[in-house]
Amino acid sequence: MEKSSHTGKSRYRTEKIIRITFFCISLASIATLALITIFLFMEGLPIFKEVSVKDFVFGQYWYPTDEPPDFGIFPLIIGSLSVTGVSSLISIPLGVLTALYLAESASASVRQWVKPVVELMAALPSVVIGFFGMVIIAPFLQEVFDVPTGLNLFNASLMLAFMSIPTICSISEDAIFSVPTELKEASLALGATKWETISRVILPASLSGITTAIILGMSRAIGETMVVLMVAGGAAIVPTSLFDPVRPMPASIAAEMAEAPFRGDHYHALFATAVVLFLFTLLFNLAADHISHKYKQVGASTL
Amino acid sequence: MYKNLNRTQKRRKLSQFIMFGFFRVSAAINGIALLIIFYFLVARGWRAITWTFLTQPPMDSMTRGGILPCIIGTVCLSLGAIIAALPIGVASAIYLNEYAFQGRALRIIRLGINNLAGVPSVVFGLFGLAFFVVYLKMGVSILAGALTLGVLTLPVIIGATEEALRAVPETYREASLGLGATKWQTIYRVVLPTALPGILTGGILGLSRAAGETAPIMFTAAVFFTPSLPSSIFDEIMALPYHIYVLATAGTEIEATRHLQYGTALVLIVLVLGLNLMAIIYRARLQKRQ
Repeated sequence: MEKSSHTGKSRYRTEKIIRITFFCISLASIATLALITIFLFMEGLPIFKEVSVKDFVFGQYWYPTDEPPDFGIFPLIIGSLSVTGVSSLISIPLGVLTALYLAESASASVRQWVKPVVELMAALPSVVIGFFGMVIIAPFLQEVFDVPTGLNLFNASLMLAFMSIPTICSISEDAIFSVPTELKEASLALGATKWETISRVILPASLSGITTAIILGMSRAIGETMVVLMVAGGAAIVPTSLFDPVRPMPASIAAEMAEAPFRGDHYHALFATAVVLFLFTLLFNLAADHISHKYKQVGASTL
Repeated sequence: MYKNLNRTQKRRKLSQFIMFGFFRVSAAINGIALLIIFYFLVARGWRAITWTFLTQPPMDSMTRGGILPCIIGTVCLSLGAIIAALPIGVASAIYLNEYAFQGRALRIIRLGINNLAGVPSVVFGLFGLAFFVVYLKMGVSILAGALTLGVLTLPVIIGATEEALRAVPETYREASLGLGATKWQTIYRVVLPTALPGILTGGILGLSRAAGETAPIMFTAAVFFTPSLPSSIFDEIMALPYHIYVLATAGTEIEATRHLQYGTALVLIVLVLGLNLMAIIYRARLQKRQ
């Protein structure tokens, strides 16, 4: 490049080549996403020669190793939705309130300590949280609530909440932080208290960002594997109580894949389950993306 | 009348006091939860950490001995993941931040990155199995596991690099371009050196993310037990996160190996959180300097 730098034309050509190279590399993410989709479908679709899509999704019984096997993932889907639902009852208030605390009411010195706490929560490996739920929380729940097993929906939801709080908190905090100061100052100048300003000005202004945060947090919870594999209890039933064991989709896939005969029906059924799981998270992520773009916070004029 | 006003004011103050109390309590709950986890892992795990534990392979069908192969395995896998993902991630971020124009192409690429970040870890595992292990015939190996983890860390690295690039003042670029440098010369000589610490922080975060993941390596790289240390990138391997899972759920003596499980978990979080703390402190220092 040094040599050719005296001629404008070749310099221009080099620049163009570099630019195109970078463009091609930046397509890697989307290409990988496409590959993931293709391979999941390729390995998952053959199961629908054995069972119909309707029987697969709404079938009540998951006995993949019986003779003849039952491939109904309805209990697994309900398992996933129930742990996600219960965990978000815990993680949404905690995540959003912590974000408000960090962004609006904490002093700088406290903030300096609380923020790393949230970051460290996000960094804890899921297998460690699953292990903790298994050896500490499960016996505790079993004793306190007098239930047959501590490995159940409630325990899994608690652990999942712990894992999705950082996602909800940090994205909400960004949203709250980017509310224009003029809005806040205008409200305070009119005599509103800090809390009135938060509830009537800041929260409405950052609602789209907070919604995005919540959806991404739930997407994290529904896709989380090790925690539900270790603490959800593993029974493929539709739960009737908070303390029933469940078997969410990721748990089923992770637990059975190693034993499923290569390219047998069971193997294909697990890939098809992964397709369903993938579609769920894709839906969550597209919704989050849609909301954050459609209701983008730009400036004071958006309110 | 004055009394009335005072009462309203009092009520408003009170509701603020209560709500701020809620904020404080939620923040405290997070901190307490984290402390409880640390407390139990450290209190029950530290006694397992001995020189033998860190430097010996497991013995007597994993009921005694150490975790050396797992430590080596995790280091190999996460380093491999970063080696694969860092160049691609940094190049992607350079395109997105320095070259791309606002428009549909950029929007689609970003959508791809965001969705890749949201793919469940077990789905990465299945993808790794179907694509790297079976289709590309890598077999269950370090290579397949590292590449699967690399795909998973890609969005982390892109995000961190973009942040670092955004923090480079626009005036730097303008000064370089004004002196007659081309775009690439500007990026290579001015923007990248300035953003390097931020990019390294991203690399460290990606490394720690890769080290802690279990589901993606379950079907692509990790095995229950292997007597020998790996000699090539096509070998199967043991890894810390998978070792915890195996000992805690499928070991021969689940209760008898509890101390080994706690010890392994402690080693893993020291590794992962150590990397994270490094990144956090490093970043805080950078921000102070700017």
